[in-house]
Amino acid sequence: MEPFKKISSIATPLDKVNVDTDQIVPKQFLKLIQRTGFGQYLFYDWRYEKGVPKKDFILNDPAYENSKILLARDNFGCGSSREHAVWALDDYGFKVIISTSFADIFYNNCFKNGILPIRVPDEILQKLFSTKRTIEIDLEDQSIKADGIQVSFDIEPHWKKILLEGLDDIAMTLQHEDAIIRYEKSHKV
Amino acid sequence: MSKTLFEKIWDSHVVVQEDGRSLLYVDRHLVHEVTSPQAFDGLRLNGRKVRRTDLTFATMDHNVPTSDRSLPIIDQTSSTQIKALEKNCKEFGITLFDINSPNQGIVHVIGPELGITLPGTTIVCGDSHTSTHGAFGALAFGIGTSDVEHVLATQCIMMEKPKTFEIKIQGKRKNPHAVTAKDIILSIIRKIGTAGGTGTVIEYRGETISELTMEQRMTICNMSIEAGARAGLIAPDEKTFQYLRGRKYSPENYDESVNYWRENLKTDSSAKFDKSFILGVENIAPQVSWGTNPAMTTDVTGTVPFPEEYGKGNPEEEKGATKALQYMNLQPGTAITDITIDRVFIGSCTNSRLEDLMEAAKVVKGKKVSTKVRAMVVPGSQLVKKNAEELGLDKIFKSAGFEWRESGCSMCLGMNPDILSAGERCASTSNRNFEGRQGTGGRTHLVSPVMAAAAAIHGHFVDVRELDLN
Repeated sequence: MEPFKKISSIATPLDKVNVDTDQIVPKQFLKLIQRTGFGQYLFYDWRYEKGVPKKDFILNDPAYENSKILLARDNFGCGSSREHAVWALDDYGFKVIISTSFADIFYNNCFKNGILPIRVPDEILQKLFSTKRTIEIDLEDQSIKADGIQVSFDIEPHWKKILLEGLDDIAMTLQHEDAIIRYEKSHKV
Repeated sequence: MSKTLFEKIWDSHVVVQEDGRSLLYVDRHLVHEVTSPQAFDGLRLNGRKVRRTDLTFATMDHNVPTSDRSLPIIDQTSSTQIKALEKNCKEFGITLFDINSPNQGIVHVIGPELGITLPGTTIVCGDSHTSTHGAFGALAFGIGTSDVEHVLATQCIMMEKPKTFEIKIQGKRKNPHAVTAKDIILSIIRKIGTAGGTGTVIEYRGETISELTMEQRMTICNMSIEAGARAGLIAPDEKTFQYLRGRKYSPENYDESVNYWRENLKTDSSAKFDKSFILGVENIAPQVSWGTNPAMTTDVTGTVPFPEEYGKGNPEEEKGATKALQYMNLQPGTAITDITIDRVFIGSCTNSRLEDLMEAAKVVKGKKVSTKVRAMVVPGSQLVKKNAEELGLDKIFKSAGFEWRESGCSMCLGMNPDILSAGERCASTSNRNFEGRQGTGGRTHLVSPVMAAAAAIHGHFVDVRELDLN
């Protein structure tokens, strides 16, 4: 996994609550057996009408073409556990998602793929939604800077370390091999 | 120190603690074809093995066709995914219940059926409805593909400890055949919202829960994820122990296990939960969803709400409701019983078990499906199908005009050919009414099996309390 440091980009505002992973990647694209190439299917049913981009969908607005930050609303990523949703966001180019809240499985899946999900209070989110300027995210400092806004965000130390160093969490767990063996010897199902 | 059931199971599975997180041991890992291929690739790429093949079980359910199994699979991409699972299970030495196995079925139906699901265990699967297994007093949650790989390689999962959420369900339903477990869980989600359980493990308790059968309890725990919860949990009791006795993978020294479970797997009387909610069921009605998430639900006697009524002052929720009504092509104020339907789907990990089919068959027996409706029954597993056929349920459904199909997830998520066409409206016993879930442009109304069956006969929703179901 690529180490995550700073991201500076215009943010794409997706103004909708309870966006579920079925919308992020519709089911017809879950049959691929690799992790790559899902960006083209991101928000597919909202983004295209019979294969033609819908003008009124935010991702089709040229102003946000190279955006790396997605602004979302409450309970983003609810529903299915499909990690394909995160692979699609990542492959499309989003590295940061900012919202008031995320669904648990989705939140976890983000970190596993080097995407930083940031929870902010509603008033901060409203301000970010109304800025059209570049937003700067610094993971080391845990800060968001944009257009007169400067706030810090919380992140679990475990995830911060994994993102900053681009660590393989399976290798990290395997360092506990002795403890796992001890547990297996004493634990009966 | 007094503990909740969740805390007891959690604490007994912690291998290591660090950074406020725990490395948790996984007792059972269930695998299916959609969320596993990339995980097996990851193992290969890093030269890793499956640590505990004896604790890992696989089946194919999400995109298997539910038509004649002797025919080749037409959809090439589905076929590729199914073959990938066969190859991966063979290469890594994992038990697979394949498409022709008498034990094939929806992973959350076969787990309990085979006694893989046991009280006090930790269970994970790359599927959000893993919460189903909590009905047996197992701590069970859905995970993403990276975690599937992590569990395959280490038999552990690194997690932050969720908070505890008690939902007490009390009172007696006047007609438990008409007001079902599905109506109870939809009522809860309607009240606490789709994020009401986020970050928590829900324990369902109270007299109503004790009275429910195991299959009904599974329906409740199954939809915990629709309230955002990590898991749903019900303390095991004599019904649980009875259900699991003699199953294929149930422990050999069963009575000894039961004694242990009976003694240890309950919340201490003085234990505290982080959060509580109480639902009285005396007056709840059969539920019908009208929108595009499971909280957008109302009574069958109700009407489609106005967005501002649903939003209750929250402009974002109000906007969401407006968009949902547009998608569903419904006018506020329409009586739920005036909504006509095109399709009926009885199936999914929520409502495809024998009891669900028996209840639905009572409504269907001797009647005909409306000429305007196409209706199908998709049993949750081959075993459910076989048991139902032994009871003659297939004949009841078929002679009424229902399609009787092979087991799988089917139209719950439409990864196989069972999908809605754009604009079609479906009464569905599944768990999610998200946009496009059952087919692009398709419109889903979540209901119980008896409500779906009655809608099939009448061509629109009807209040099943008015039918004789006893």
